[in-house]
Amino acid sequence: MPTKNESITQELRQKARHLLESGQVAAFLGYTSGSVPMVMKPFVARKPEDAERLEWNSFCVLNLANYLPPLLRSFEPPRRPNDPPPEGPLPKVGVAATGCWSRNMVVQVQENQMERERVVIIGISSRGMVDRKKVLNAVNHAEITSVKEEDNSLLVKGPGLEEEINRWDVIRDNCQTCVHPDPVIFDEMIGQLQGDRDIQDRFRQVEEIENLSAQDRWQWFTSEIDSCIRCYACRNACPLCYCPTCFVDDSRPQWVGKSREPVDTAIFHILRAYHCAGRCTDCGSCESACPMGIRMRILTKKLQKDVLDLYGTEAGMSIQQPLPLSTYKMDDPQDFVLTESFKGEKK
Amino acid sequence: MNDKAKNQKDWEPKIIAFLCNWCSYAGADLAGVSRYQYPPSLRIVRVPCSGRVSANMILDALRSGADGVLVSGCHPGDCHYISGNYYARRRFAVLKNFLEFIGIEPGRVNFSWISASEGEQFAEVAKEVTSRVKKLGPARHLVKEF
Ligand code: SF4
Ligand code: SF4
Repeated sequence: MPTKNESITQELRQKARHLLESGQVAAFLGYTSGSVPMVMKPFVARKPEDAERLEWNSFCVLNLANYLPPLLRSFEPPRRPNDPPPEGPLPKVGVAATGCWSRNMVVQVQENQMERERVVIIGISSRGMVDRKKVLNAVNHAEITSVKEEDNSLLVKGPGLEEEINRWDVIRDNCQTCVHPDPVIFDEMIGQLQGDRDIQDRFRQVEEIENLSAQDRWQWFTSEIDSCIRCYACRNACPLCYCPTCFVDDSRPQWVGKSREPVDTAIFHILRAYHCAGRCTDCGSCESACPMGIRMRILTKKLQKDVLDLYGTEAGMSIQQPLPLSTYKMDDPQDFVLTESFKGEKK
Repeated sequence: MNDKAKNQKDWEPKIIAFLCNWCSYAGADLAGVSRYQYPPSLRIVRVPCSGRVSANMILDALRSGADGVLVSGCHPGDCHYISGNYYARRRFAVLKNFLEFIGIEPGRVNFSWISASEGEQFAEVAKEVTSRVKKLGPARHLVKEF
């Protein structure tokens, strides 16, 4: 019997082939296997026969929404920044999307990075993606030459190594605490929607740090980012980071130095995370892309928690609902404002 | 400033104050004209609106050696641009929590609403912010030595 992921792969190929053959889309964005085990690569199928190369498994960790706006633009006739948009319908692109990816697509639509009409979304309710680093830890960093996936376990093989690992044990932190595994926008589904998951301690990682003293929190923060080599893979993997010139590349003013000086690395991480406030869907792309194993997702998770506490909304749940930090209410909480706390004292 | 000077008792903190042109800057002006006394620790940067102040600017101030930051704008409802301070309020609330989360001491980065007629309140806020920052001592966490 095929595993769940194998049947998803089959259905995905079928749907992609149909979309490409019928000319509904000019390209289909999905995944194909990479050259080493546990590393998948994003793949654009442009011909119906390419669809056979599509692959779906538990290692599709990068958020496909990230590649969507540039891919769509590549099908538009060239124009200068202020030229009017080209007339007539533009070619569409098909894409596979899990819960968080589809929410990032919502954010991109809201932020005018792409049009909803131009994407055909094949929804897949996510069972969680595997953290490669956790698998490596589980086998003490032994060499792995092949990984075979069953529905609830991974069979890991290498020279002198054969081990079965429980799948859920090596699922990424963000997926383990994910409450919205279902795509929020889609044109077709593969499999069933599973509904929101009930996770009591979804912010546990954040709360553990909140409970430390200010000094210990600083200690935690600096040691967490200590090994950062400033490769910006975390930024590049994020579907929210589309600015033509990122603040790290600005030179006048230069917000952050280019060296690995600890202060600059700290400022990079503070601002990278903060720029994602109210927009981040906790997809975990950034963390999965990091070569140094830095858990910078805890920073965006903290922002997500506060935005939810203060304004009661999460990013990308629906196209109609504005992003939390691009809207306001007259009576938003403001006890953090000095002059307001004075008022309280005087009363 | 070298460390010796920082340890001195009469250490005066440097506080960067981003004041909006229409309310808080005029409030500061009024405080001066009306001769209210307040500590000389504020370095004022005039900005068009509190909504103009980005996290980048606040962190840049800290990185360049400011011991504290104050951002002040019009009272909600009084924004010259109608809603600039409403957006700013959301952003600052989240930023303030976030900076404290990574270990910046509460009290380093402050926010207030001061209107053009509140000279006295401006002096009060200046005193309060200065005393908070003095208690914390010189900033060290995000200061870059150039
Ligand atoms: S991917 Fe990792 S090492 Fe690279 S800049 Fe981001 S946190 Fe630093
Ligand atoms: S910051 Fe990280 S978790 Fe958030 S949307 Fe970007 S890549 Fe995903």
